[in-house]
Amino acid sequence: MFLIALGFLAPALVLLVGLVLYPILYTVVRSFFSAEGGDFVGWDNYVTMFTNDSTFTAIRNNVIWVLVAPVSCTVLGLLFAVLLEKIKWSTAFKLIIFMPMAISMLAAGVIFRGIFQESPNLGVVNAAVVAVNSAFGGGDAAYPGATPRGDAGLIDDSGVLAGETAVTAGDEQNFPLVGVRADSVPDGAEQAEPAGSAGAGQVTGTVWLDVVTGGGGTPGQIDDGKTGLPGIRVDAVAADGTIAATTETDAAGRYILAGLAEETYRIALPASNFDEGYQGVSWLSSGLITAVIILSYIWIWAGFAMVMIASGLSAIDRSLQEAARMDGANEWKVFSRITAPLLSPVLIVVFVTLIINVLKIFDLVYVIPPGASKPAANVIAVEMWTVSFGGGSNQGLGSALAILLLILVLPSMIINVRKFRQERQS
Amino acid sequence: MSLTPTHVRGKKTLARSILGFVDKGIINAVLVIVAIFWLVPTLGLFVSSLRTVGDSASSGWWTVVTTPAQLTIDNYANLLSNPTITGSFWNTILITVPTTVLVVIFGALAGYAFAWLKFPGRDWLLIAVIVLLAVPLQVALIPLARMFGALGIFGSIFGVILFHVAFGLPFAIFLLRNFFTQIPAELLEAARIDGASDWRIFVQVILPLGGPAIASLAIFQFLWTWNDMLVALIFTDSGSQPLTVAIQSQLRQFGSNLDVLSAGAFLSMIVPLIVFFAFQRFFVQALLAGSQK
Repeated sequence: MFLIALGFLAPALVLLVGLVLYPILYTVVRSFFSAEGGDFVGWDNYVTMFTNDSTFTAIRNNVIWVLVAPVSCTVLGLLFAVLLEKIKWSTAFKLIIFMPMAISMLAAGVIFRGIFQESPNLGVVNAAVVAVNSAFGGGDAAYPGATPRGDAGLIDDSGVLAGETAVTAGDEQNFPLVGVRADSVPDGAEQAEPAGSAGAGQVTGTVWLDVVTGGGGTPGQIDDGKTGLPGIRVDAVAADGTIAATTETDAAGRYILAGLAEETYRIALPASNFDEGYQGVSWLSSGLITAVIILSYIWIWAGFAMVMIASGLSAIDRSLQEAARMDGANEWKVFSRITAPLLSPVLIVVFVTLIINVLKIFDLVYVIPPGASKPAANVIAVEMWTVSFGGGSNQGLGSALAILLLILVLPSMIINVRKFRQERQS
Repeated sequence: MSLTPTHVRGKKTLARSILGFVDKGIINAVLVIVAIFWLVPTLGLFVSSLRTVGDSASSGWWTVVTTPAQLTIDNYANLLSNPTITGSFWNTILITVPTTVLVVIFGALAGYAFAWLKFPGRDWLLIAVIVLLAVPLQVALIPLARMFGALGIFGSIFGVILFHVAFGLPFAIFLLRNFFTQIPAELLEAARIDGASDWRIFVQVILPLGGPAIASLAIFQFLWTWNDMLVALIFTDSGSQPLTVAIQSQLRQFGSNLDVLSAGAFLSMIVPLIVFFAFQRFFVQALLAGSQK
């Protein structure tokens, strides 16, 4: 009997002992040796792990991952599983949410790297953010890069374009500008026109693009073929720095500042006319990169939690909930007092599975961050790969990091074994 | 409950059904929005894979809504005429199929022994398997790279397969053992009385009855191996690398390689998606049985 059993077990045992058990022991021993393996270094690698900047960042990020990702996935999965029961197209919904589980983390990484690209022209998330922002009043006409034509009596004071000399009511102040990108001139812009003489208490002038397409024209003069720049804010700044009047240029670039007293003013085009405008959020920068990667993880694994919890839900005896409802319990009470406690075994399984999985996270962190934010996104598995294979060739430290992962997984292992023994006894 | 006057109950039901109707509307709307959020990323990748590098560098994929003319299958044509990509696609199959077959065979053999054979230390051995379920494969990377190097299989498809089989076995044994224990004992007894050996019982009773469980395991292992990048990144070279490794090498210049990246990523997704949609019932079963039992 023993021999027969051994015959059935032999292939699996040989592989598990040779390729899993032996390597674990080897890695434990190796973690106490130096980078090349020649010298015994005691706990040095473990000390390095917590003192070296990049490994410490990795460990800290792993803690963030474990605190955030499993809870988020489980809560979302629970929410979806409960709401699912109220809709008719639950099968389709399940398939849609669960589908990312089938694809590789590499593909998911490429997807999320794409949608979080910084330029609002390329990344769909920033495109949406910018669209929402301009819908709420942001995003005025902007002419990034514009500078005053030289010798036109204009100065560029850290982004603010202003006349060199002060003016009084009745004067004219023109702004011939260059360096404006063609694509920032709006479609409604017309041929530039002189502003005409200013009335009492007024200062007038024109802001135009001092370039004729195809060449020609005199610098600083409003010639045929030069375009007025509409929508530019113009301020009359009093001697004490207050803004006495403000207006915007029309389609031909003209403006009229009215209601001015008999004082001297500087006419200025504030810097807001010339900045890039709102460009969205730098999602892939060091500060936000871990949040973005966790988001992509949730996109993949919420479906797992949902499917597991939904099947747990369907196994619950419905008469209990019905009875509670009949007794006047509201939906929240039914959920928190009856459904959730009955679900807790499934929730624990989902949670433990996710923790084990999150600790080992590699692919997404390897794929999503651009070079500059890779250090900020680091996690243990990536650091382990980097120091032992990706150029570091310090297999002592790499072994210590692998053992750290193993130690972090231990509590989940114990839970699994306990659960198994309980089920055997019952 | 039966003491509640009927007219009160009727009223309550009416109020509740109105409320329920409003609730249903909100829930449907929320879930539609969630579903769109979940679909858009994949849709974006697919549309990106149908645009030229130039278009991808100057405008977002969503501009196809206004200018559908920009779509082209050139990226896929280029990909399929690129020997590195086609070679790595072939490698992915050469790694995934044998791994799946071996995991299923070895896992079924061991699963049967754990489920129906009595031998000393069985329970402890089973607990050891459960412990191994959660072992991070990182602990084996350094020693196996050395060992495979010494054996001369480092960088070969065979080495990657060995690695995947070893680390797939704990789950396979656990899953199949759980399924096999549910097969009625009378069936095995009957076969035994007829004088069938354990081998015959395994082949003629266990395997046919365990079909769905084996299918679940096979789907799970197939997707797992197909989608792996880490093991292949270390244990393959340029001749044996699978699709995931070939694609990730293009990541350094994300913007200018978007044609290869998006089409390549989608190419790598096609087989898993087909498998997933065709057999998702089995896949779900594997997840459920693997962690709930």
